[in-house]
Amino acid sequence: MPVLELRNVSKTYNNTTRALHDVSVTVEEGEFVSIIGPSGAGKSTLLRSVNRLVDATRGVVILDGQDITRVRGKELRRVRTKTGMIFQHYNLVNRLSVMENVLHGRLGHKSTFSGALGLYTEREKEQAFFILERLGLTEQAYKRCDELSGGQKQRVGIARALMQEPKLILCDEPIASLDPNASKIIMDYLRDINKTMKITCLLNLHQVDVAIKYSERIIGLTAGRVTYDGPAQKLDKKTIYEIYQSNEGELITDMKE
Amino acid sequence: MEKRRANEIQIFKKRKLVFTAAAAAVILLFWTASFVTQYDTLLGLSSFPRAFAWIIKSMVPNAKAIERLPNILKKLAETALLSVAVTVCSAICAFFFALLGSKTTKANPLLARVVRIVAAFFRNVPDVVWAMLLMFSFGQNVLTGFFAMFLTTFGLLTRTFIETIDEVSNDCVEALDAAGANYMQTVFQGILPSSIAEVITWVLFMIETNIRSSTLIGILTGTGIGYLFDLYYKRLDYPSASLVVLSIVVLVILLEIISGGIRKVIL
Ligand SMILES: Nc1ncnc2c1ncn2[C@@H]1O[C@H](COP(=O)(O)OP(=O)(O)OP(=O)(O)O)[C@@H](O)[C@H]1O
Ligand SMILES: [Mg+2]
Repeated sequence: MPVLELRNVSKTYNNTTRALHDVSVTVEEGEFVSIIGPSGAGKSTLLRSVNRLVDATRGVVILDGQDITRVRGKELRRVRTKTGMIFQHYNLVNRLSVMENVLHGRLGHKSTFSGALGLYTEREKEQAFFILERLGLTEQAYKRCDELSGGQKQRVGIARALMQEPKLILCDEPIASLDPNASKIIMDYLRDINKTMKITCLLNLHQVDVAIKYSERIIGLTAGRVTYDGPAQKLDKKTIYEIYQSNEGELITDMKE
Repeated sequence: MEKRRANEIQIFKKRKLVFTAAAAAVILLFWTASFVTQYDTLLGLSSFPRAFAWIIKSMVPNAKAIERLPNILKKLAETALLSVAVTVCSAICAFFFALLGSKTTKANPLLARVVRIVAAFFRNVPDVVWAMLLMFSFGQNVLTGFFAMFLTTFGLLTRTFIETIDEVSNDCVEALDAAGANYMQTVFQGILPSSIAEVITWVLFMIETNIRSSTLIGILTGTGIGYLFDLYYKRLDYPSASLVVLSIVVLVILLEIISGGIRKVIL
């Protein structure tokens, strides 16, 4: 059974901007999939329609065998706990400690009262510590998030997502604000999580070479339509130019040769 | 390149022109205003030294005034505590109202608009005017002063808190939503921790402001330190009245120092 299935999803913002156009994508359990495409192609919109930060105008979103296109309230919260999200700008609560931010991943599982007051169980705290250890953040556990470097912040973001015990992790340009070194560390962690914990990963990436290196499968999105969907190895130059609607020599990846 | 250069020069010329025009407008406005109100600048300036001398001569606190100090301090403490109570109460109300008015956390767009309008209304009527209006219902009473300051503080803080929440919470609200947190959890775990430092800064500032305005309101409502000032002033006991003013000034300065310290710790 696929973890995620989008059937003929379209999204139009404010009745004018057409961000997604009849997109159908299926992601199997344990896959590592990257979405590439030019700015404004609708990559973020696609990712956000999976956890319903954006509501599809038409089509059906099926997560873990359940049609979630129209779920609301309590049920929506429960569905959202199944997908962790990682953001380009980390989206942490900067004034709180690393530990508290990681524990935020449990909020969807908790009652309003204990969640609002930040009352976590011993088990949850132990689990948070375990995850922080795994991501090499033990020493930072009680630091405030605004004292961390970008790479460390993104690892906190990953820890928060893992804390949800998700089926699927969505990453919206996880390395776009990081230097090459930190980028590699983050991508390695994501791959490690995918391999050892069997969590499916769906990423938006701007770096084609990174996408090819790390993912098994690549989806090319151009102006709201899927223009490529296949193995990373089979993605040739010509297809890349088509996805980005540019001519040879115009892309920054061309400069290496 | 040449064209761009010319363009830039053009912009500077334009700016200079605007500046000159603005300066001319201000001067013209001043002249007209002076003419209409028959205000004589020279006379105004020349009466300064005399007024100053009078203030110094008749307003320096004397022994009799010092005798009244305990009473003054008692009333001052009353006023200060009232200001703190008002400000804290209205800040709590304002924060929850601001949640409804903010772009990121509003429950519904119409309600958000209503909140903004109500806040603007409360804020734009001066607290002294509120005090005069409320006197009809509450009479000369501490409650009048309390509600008068409550309303303006509430209006002002609602608006600033809306701005703070908008600024601070976009990113973290999105992340907490994505993790399945509900509204209350997002507010207490995301928005409140992100904005608490700004909120406290504003509360401290409003406490200072309210101590100052409670003096004026007290004159109207016959309560607190304002009442004492009014009393001494009407009895022509200027030294005591000026001691009242001095004590307020000292208190406000003290508060500024304390809140400066608090701000350093929390930011
Ligand atoms: N909240 C919104 N309201 C209106 N239009 C939006 C909104 N979000 C995105 N859009 C529009 O939808 C289109 C797709 O945007 P989206 O953010 O999904 O693109 P993207 O592929 O993620 O781009 P980038 O690579 O720059 O992040 C764009 O034309 C954008 O202007
Ligand atoms: Mg995007």
